[in-house]
Amino acid sequence: MIRICIIYDKLRFEEKKIYSKIKEKGLDATLVDGKSITFDTESSKRDPVFGDIILQRVISYTRGLHLTYCLEQMGLPIVNSYNVSEICGNKLITSMILKKNDVPTPKTTFAFSTESARECMKNLGYPLVVKPIIGSWGRGVYQIKDQSMAEMLLDTRQDNDNSYSRIYYLQELIDRPSRDIRCIVIGDEIAASVYRYSSENEWRTNVAVGGRTEEAPLTSELQEIVLKASNAIGGGILGVDLMEDKARGYLVHEVNNTVEFRGASAVCKSDIAGAMTDYLLKMSTK
Amino acid sequence: MKKECKDCGAELTIPQDSMVGEIITCPDCGTDFEILSKNQDTVEMREAESVGEDWGQ
Repeated sequence: MIRICIIYDKLRFEEKKIYSKIKEKGLDATLVDGKSITFDTESSKRDPVFGDIILQRVISYTRGLHLTYCLEQMGLPIVNSYNVSEICGNKLITSMILKKNDVPTPKTTFAFSTESARECMKNLGYPLVVKPIIGSWGRGVYQIKDQSMAEMLLDTRQDNDNSYSRIYYLQELIDRPSRDIRCIVIGDEIAASVYRYSSENEWRTNVAVGGRTEEAPLTSELQEIVLKASNAIGGGILGVDLMEDKARGYLVHEVNNTVEFRGASAVCKSDIAGAMTDYLLKMSTK
Repeated sequence: MKKECKDCGAELTIPQDSMVGEIITCPDCGTDFEILSKNQDTVEMREAESVGEDWGQ
Protein backbone atom coordinates (compact mmCIF):
# COMPACT_ATOMS: atom_id res chain seq x y z
CA MET A 1 0.00 0.00 0.00
CA ILE A 2 1.31 3.47 -0.90
CA ARG A 3 2.21 5.48 2.16
CA ILE A 4 2.07 9.27 2.10
CA CYS A 5 3.86 11.24 4.80
CA ILE A 6 2.66 14.75 5.61
CA ILE A 7 5.27 16.87 7.37
CA TYR A 8 3.82 19.80 9.32
CA ASP A 9 4.84 22.06 12.17
CA LYS A 10 1.39 23.44 12.96
CA LEU A 11 -1.59 21.35 12.00
CA ARG A 12 -4.07 23.51 10.06
CA PHE A 13 -7.40 22.83 8.39
CA GLU A 14 -5.56 21.90 5.18
CA GLU A 15 -3.27 19.22 6.66
CA LYS A 16 -6.22 17.59 8.46
CA LYS A 17 -8.26 17.64 5.28
CA ILE A 18 -5.51 16.07 3.15
CA TYR A 19 -4.79 13.46 5.86
CA SER A 20 -8.42 12.34 6.06
CA LYS A 21 -8.73 12.33 2.24
CA ILE A 22 -5.69 10.03 1.92
CA LYS A 23 -7.27 7.65 4.45
CA GLU A 24 -10.63 7.89 2.70
CA LYS A 25 -8.99 6.76 -0.55
CA GLY A 26 -7.69 3.65 1.22
CA LEU A 27 -4.05 4.77 1.30
CA ASP A 28 -1.73 4.91 4.27
CA ALA A 29 -1.05 8.35 5.75
CA THR A 30 1.29 9.53 8.47
CA LEU A 31 1.53 12.97 10.05
CA VAL A 32 5.05 13.85 11.14
CA ASP A 33 5.88 16.96 13.18
CA GLY A 34 8.75 18.71 11.38
CA LYS A 35 9.89 20.15 14.71
CA SER A 36 10.67 16.64 15.97
CA ILE A 37 12.71 15.42 12.98
CA THR A 38 16.49 15.17 13.29
CA PHE A 39 19.03 14.21 10.63
CA ASP A 40 22.71 13.48 10.50
CA THR A 41 25.05 13.02 7.59
CA GLU A 42 24.57 9.25 7.83
CA SER A 43 20.76 9.42 7.66
CA SER A 44 19.29 7.13 5.05
CA LYS A 45 16.01 6.97 3.23
CA ARG A 46 15.24 3.60 4.80
CA ASP A 47 13.43 5.32 7.67
CA PRO A 48 9.90 3.95 7.16
CA VAL A 49 8.26 7.00 8.75
CA PHE A 50 8.75 8.95 5.50
CA GLY A 51 6.77 6.44 3.44
CA ASP A 52 6.77 6.45 -0.37
CA ILE A 53 6.30 10.17 -0.88
CA ILE A 54 6.40 13.24 1.35
CA LEU A 55 4.10 16.23 1.28
CA GLN A 56 5.91 19.15 2.88
CA ARG A 57 3.39 21.42 4.66
CA VAL A 58 5.60 23.25 7.15
CA ILE A 59 4.40 26.75 8.01
CA SER A 60 7.88 28.19 8.71
CA TYR A 61 9.56 28.90 5.38
CA THR A 62 13.09 28.52 6.79
CA ARG A 63 12.34 25.27 8.62
CA GLY A 64 10.49 23.82 5.63
CA LEU A 65 13.25 24.75 3.22
CA HIS A 66 16.02 23.10 5.26
CA LEU A 67 13.95 20.00 5.99
CA THR A 68 13.18 19.68 2.29
CA TYR A 69 16.88 19.93 1.45
CA CYS A 70 17.78 17.11 3.87
CA LEU A 71 14.97 14.86 2.65
CA GLU A 72 15.79 15.49 -0.99
CA GLN A 73 19.48 14.78 -0.37
CA MET A 74 18.44 11.43 1.12
CA GLY A 75 16.81 10.60 -2.19
CA LEU A 76 13.24 10.82 -0.93
CA PRO A 77 10.49 12.06 -3.26
CA ILE A 78 9.05 15.27 -1.83
CA VAL A 79 6.38 17.73 -2.93
CA ASN A 80 7.27 20.52 -3.42
CA SER A 81 10.95 20.30 -4.29
CA TYR A 82 13.67 22.38 -2.60
CA ASN A 83 14.04 24.62 -5.67
CA VAL A 84 10.31 25.30 -5.85
CA SER A 85 10.15 25.97 -2.11
CA GLU A 86 13.01 28.45 -2.31
CA ILE A 87 11.56 30.34 -5.28
CA CYS A 88 8.06 30.58 -3.79
CA GLY A 89 9.22 31.59 -0.32
CA ASN A 90 11.18 34.58 -1.56
CA LYS A 91 9.19 37.23 -3.40
CA LEU A 92 12.30 38.73 -5.03
CA ILE A 93 13.23 35.37 -6.59
CA THR A 94 9.58 34.71 -7.58
CA SER A 95 9.34 38.06 -9.41
CA MET A 96 12.62 37.50 -11.23
CA ILE A 97 11.70 33.96 -12.32
CA LEU A 98 8.22 35.03 -13.50
CA LYS A 99 9.66 37.89 -15.56
CA LYS A 100 12.43 35.72 -17.01
CA ASN A 101 9.76 33.26 -18.22
CA ASP A 102 7.55 35.96 -19.76
CA VAL A 103 4.80 35.56 -17.17
CA PRO A 104 3.02 38.93 -16.81
CA THR A 105 3.91 40.32 -13.39
CA PRO A 106 3.88 43.77 -11.74
CA LYS A 107 6.96 45.93 -12.25
CA THR A 108 9.07 45.58 -9.12
CA THR A 109 12.25 47.34 -8.01
CA PHE A 110 14.72 45.87 -5.53
CA ALA A 111 17.02 47.87 -3.26
CA PHE A 112 19.60 46.57 -0.83
CA SER A 113 20.09 49.39 1.67
CA THR A 114 18.03 52.10 3.35
CA GLU A 115 19.73 54.81 1.30
CA SER A 116 19.18 53.15 -2.06
CA ALA A 117 15.55 52.31 -1.13
CA ARG A 118 14.94 55.99 -0.30
CA GLU A 119 16.41 57.03 -3.65
CA CYS A 120 14.39 54.39 -5.55
CA MET A 121 11.10 55.42 -3.91
CA LYS A 122 11.71 59.10 -4.72
CA ASN A 123 12.42 58.20 -8.35
CA LEU A 124 9.48 55.77 -8.68
CA GLY A 125 7.00 58.20 -7.13
CA TYR A 126 3.91 57.42 -5.08
CA PRO A 127 1.76 55.48 -4.43
CA LEU A 128 3.75 52.27 -4.41
CA VAL A 129 3.60 48.97 -2.55
CA VAL A 130 6.30 47.65 -0.22
CA LYS A 131 6.43 43.98 0.74
CA PRO A 132 8.86 41.95 2.83
CA ILE A 133 10.61 39.45 0.55
CA ILE A 134 9.89 36.65 3.05
CA GLY A 135 6.59 36.35 4.89
CA SER A 136 2.95 35.82 4.17
CA TRP A 137 -0.69 36.58 4.99
CA GLY A 138 -0.24 40.21 3.96
CA ARG A 139 1.96 41.00 6.96
CA GLY A 140 4.35 43.91 6.41
CA VAL A 141 2.67 44.78 3.10
CA TYR A 142 2.09 48.53 2.92
CA GLN A 143 0.77 50.97 0.41
CA ILE A 144 3.17 53.92 0.59
CA LYS A 145 1.30 57.07 -0.37
CA ASP A 146 3.93 59.77 0.06
CA GLN A 147 7.46 60.59 1.16
CA SER A 148 6.57 60.88 4.86
CA MET A 149 5.13 57.35 4.86
CA ALA A 150 8.25 56.17 3.05
CA GLU A 151 10.45 57.69 5.77
CA MET A 152 8.38 55.98 8.48
CA LEU A 153 8.83 52.63 6.75
CA LEU A 154 12.57 53.15 6.29
CA ASP A 155 12.93 54.02 9.99
CA THR A 156 11.00 50.93 11.06
CA ARG A 157 12.95 48.68 8.76
CA GLN A 158 16.27 50.14 9.92
CA ASP A 159 15.40 49.35 13.55
CA ASN A 160 14.61 45.74 12.67
CA ASP A 161 17.44 43.26 13.29
CA ASN A 162 16.14 40.82 10.68
CA SER A 163 18.71 40.80 7.88
CA TYR A 164 15.92 40.54 5.29
CA SER A 165 14.49 43.87 6.45
CA ARG A 166 17.32 45.68 4.60
CA ILE A 167 16.22 44.19 1.30
CA TYR A 168 13.47 46.31 -0.23
CA TYR A 169 10.82 45.01 -2.60
CA LEU A 170 9.06 48.01 -4.14
CA GLN A 171 6.16 47.29 -6.44
CA GLU A 172 3.95 49.43 -8.64
CA LEU A 173 0.40 49.82 -7.30
CA ILE A 174 -1.92 48.03 -9.69
CA ASP A 175 -5.17 49.65 -10.77
CA ARG A 176 -7.46 46.67 -10.13
CA PRO A 177 -10.88 45.77 -8.73
CA SER A 178 -10.95 45.23 -4.94
CA ARG A 179 -10.12 41.57 -5.37
CA ASP A 180 -7.41 39.23 -6.59
CA ILE A 181 -7.54 35.67 -7.89
CA ARG A 182 -6.14 32.55 -6.22
CA CYS A 183 -5.68 29.48 -8.40
CA ILE A 184 -4.70 26.16 -6.88
CA VAL A 185 -2.51 24.24 -9.30
CA ILE A 186 -1.86 20.54 -8.85
CA GLY A 187 0.57 19.23 -11.45
CA ASP A 188 -0.85 20.26 -14.82
CA GLU A 189 -4.38 20.85 -13.53
CA ILE A 190 -6.04 23.82 -11.89
CA ALA A 191 -8.10 22.38 -9.04
CA ALA A 192 -9.79 25.63 -8.01
CA SER A 193 -9.94 29.32 -8.86
CA VAL A 194 -11.41 31.88 -6.50
CA TYR A 195 -11.75 35.63 -6.18
CA ARG A 196 -10.50 36.99 -2.88
CA TYR A 197 -12.26 40.25 -2.04
CA SER A 198 -10.70 42.68 0.39
CA SER A 199 -12.76 43.50 3.47
CA GLU A 200 -14.06 46.96 4.29
CA ASN A 201 -11.33 49.55 5.00
CA GLU A 202 -8.67 47.11 3.82
CA TRP A 203 -6.94 47.02 0.42
CA ARG A 204 -5.14 43.70 0.93
CA THR A 205 -7.14 40.67 -0.19
CA ASN A 206 -5.57 37.95 2.00
CA VAL A 207 -8.06 35.67 3.75
CA ALA A 208 -5.83 36.11 6.83
CA VAL A 209 -6.81 39.81 6.98
CA GLY A 210 -10.51 39.17 6.50
CA GLY A 211 -10.84 38.80 2.73
CA ARG A 212 -13.83 36.78 1.53
CA THR A 213 -13.75 34.25 -1.30
CA GLU A 214 -16.04 33.50 -4.21
CA GLU A 215 -15.60 30.99 -7.04
CA ALA A 216 -13.98 32.59 -10.11
CA PRO A 217 -14.58 31.41 -13.67
CA LEU A 218 -11.55 29.64 -15.10
CA THR A 219 -11.20 31.23 -18.53
CA SER A 220 -8.76 29.84 -21.08
CA GLU A 221 -6.64 33.00 -20.76
CA LEU A 222 -6.46 32.63 -16.98
CA GLN A 223 -5.66 28.94 -17.31
CA GLU A 224 -2.83 29.63 -19.74
CA ILE A 225 -1.16 32.27 -17.54
CA VAL A 226 -1.53 30.23 -14.36
CA LEU A 227 -0.01 27.09 -15.88
CA LYS A 228 2.78 29.16 -17.41
CA ALA A 229 3.53 30.61 -13.97
CA SER A 230 3.44 27.17 -12.35
CA ASN A 231 5.81 25.73 -14.95
CA ALA A 232 8.16 28.69 -14.59
CA ILE A 233 8.41 28.08 -10.84
CA GLY A 234 9.01 24.34 -11.28
CA GLY A 235 5.55 22.80 -10.80
CA GLY A 236 4.01 20.75 -8.01
CA ILE A 237 1.20 21.82 -5.69
CA LEU A 238 1.03 25.61 -5.84
CA GLY A 239 -1.18 28.60 -5.16
CA VAL A 240 -0.86 31.15 -7.95
CA ASP A 241 -2.16 34.63 -7.07
CA LEU A 242 -3.08 37.13 -9.78
CA MET A 243 -4.39 40.67 -10.04
CA GLU A 244 -6.58 42.01 -12.84
CA ASP A 245 -4.86 45.14 -14.10
CA LYS A 246 -7.47 47.32 -15.79
CA ALA A 247 -5.12 48.05 -18.71
CA ARG A 248 -2.85 45.00 -18.96
CA GLY A 249 -5.09 42.13 -17.82
CA TYR A 250 -3.85 39.32 -15.56
CA LEU A 251 -0.62 39.86 -13.61
CA VAL A 252 0.82 37.10 -11.42
CA HIS A 253 2.10 38.62 -8.20
CA GLU A 254 2.76 35.64 -5.96
CA VAL A 255 3.13 31.86 -6.02
CA ASN A 256 2.61 29.95 -2.76
CA ASN A 257 4.45 26.77 -1.82
CA THR A 258 2.35 25.30 1.02
CA VAL A 259 -0.90 26.72 -0.32
CA GLU A 260 -3.79 27.29 2.07
CA PHE A 261 -7.20 26.44 0.63
CA ARG A 262 -9.71 26.76 3.45
CA GLY A 263 -11.37 29.75 1.75
CA ALA A 264 -11.36 28.09 -1.68
CA SER A 265 -12.76 24.78 -0.43
CA ALA A 266 -15.70 26.58 1.21
CA VAL A 267 -16.89 28.00 -2.13
CA CYS A 268 -15.62 25.54 -4.78
CA LYS A 269 -17.27 22.26 -5.66
CA SER A 270 -13.98 20.64 -6.63
CA ASP A 271 -12.29 18.22 -4.25
CA ILE A 272 -8.98 20.03 -3.70
CA ALA A 273 -7.58 17.63 -1.07
CA GLY A 274 -8.66 14.66 -3.24
CA ALA A 275 -6.84 16.07 -6.27
CA MET A 276 -3.72 16.60 -4.14
CA THR A 277 -3.89 12.97 -2.97
CA ASP A 278 -4.23 11.69 -6.55
CA TYR A 279 -1.24 13.78 -7.60
CA LEU A 280 0.90 12.46 -4.73
CA LEU A 281 -0.10 8.91 -5.62
CA LYS A 282 0.93 9.51 -9.25
CA MET A 283 4.25 11.08 -8.22
CA SER A 284 5.03 8.24 -5.79
CA THR A 285 5.06 5.69 -8.58
CA LYS A 286 7.19 7.77 -10.98
CA MET B 1 -12.79 17.63 26.84
CA LYS B 2 -11.83 20.51 29.17
CA LYS B 3 -8.40 21.71 30.21
CA GLU B 4 -7.13 24.62 32.26
CA CYS B 5 -5.03 27.37 30.65
CA LYS B 6 -1.56 27.23 32.22
CA ASP B 7 -1.20 31.00 31.86
CA CYS B 8 -4.47 32.43 33.19
CA GLY B 9 -6.46 29.47 34.50
CA ALA B 10 -9.36 29.91 32.08
CA GLU B 11 -11.18 26.84 30.81
CA LEU B 12 -10.04 25.51 27.42
CA THR B 13 -12.37 23.36 25.37
CA ILE B 14 -10.58 20.71 23.32
CA PRO B 15 -12.77 19.76 20.33
CA GLN B 16 -13.54 16.06 19.92
CA ASP B 17 -11.96 15.91 16.46
CA SER B 18 -8.78 17.80 17.38
CA MET B 19 -5.51 16.10 16.53
CA VAL B 20 -1.90 16.10 17.74
CA GLY B 21 -0.17 19.18 16.32
CA GLU B 22 -3.27 21.38 16.35
CA ILE B 23 -3.28 24.71 18.13
CA ILE B 24 -5.81 25.55 20.85
CA THR B 25 -6.10 29.24 21.73
CA CYS B 26 -7.15 30.34 25.20
CA PRO B 27 -10.34 32.41 24.83
CA ASP B 28 -9.35 34.65 27.76
CA CYS B 29 -5.64 35.43 27.44
CA GLY B 30 -5.04 34.38 23.82
CA THR B 31 -2.13 32.04 24.59
CA ASP B 32 -1.70 29.34 21.95
CA PHE B 33 -1.20 25.74 23.04
CA GLU B 34 -0.10 22.86 20.82
CA ILE B 35 -1.60 19.41 21.41
CA LEU B 36 1.27 17.04 22.15
CA SER B 37 -0.70 13.86 22.76
CA LYS B 38 -4.34 12.94 23.01
CA ASN B 39 -6.37 9.89 23.91
CA GLN B 40 -9.88 9.18 25.12
CA ASP B 41 -9.48 10.81 28.54
CA THR B 42 -6.35 12.93 28.53
CA VAL B 43 -4.72 15.57 26.45
CA GLU B 44 -1.19 16.87 26.88
CA MET B 45 -0.36 20.36 25.65
CA ARG B 46 2.54 22.81 25.59
CA GLU B 47 2.77 26.48 24.76
CA ALA B 48 2.97 26.80 20.97
CA GLU B 49 5.78 28.49 19.06
CA SER B 50 5.11 32.16 18.51
CA VAL B 51 4.33 33.26 14.95
CA GLY B 52 7.58 33.80 13.06
CA GLU B 53 8.25 36.42 10.40
CA ASP B 54 8.83 33.59 7.92
CA TRP B 55 5.50 31.87 8.64
CA GLY B 56 3.02 31.57 5.84
CA GLN B 57 1.97 29.53 2.88
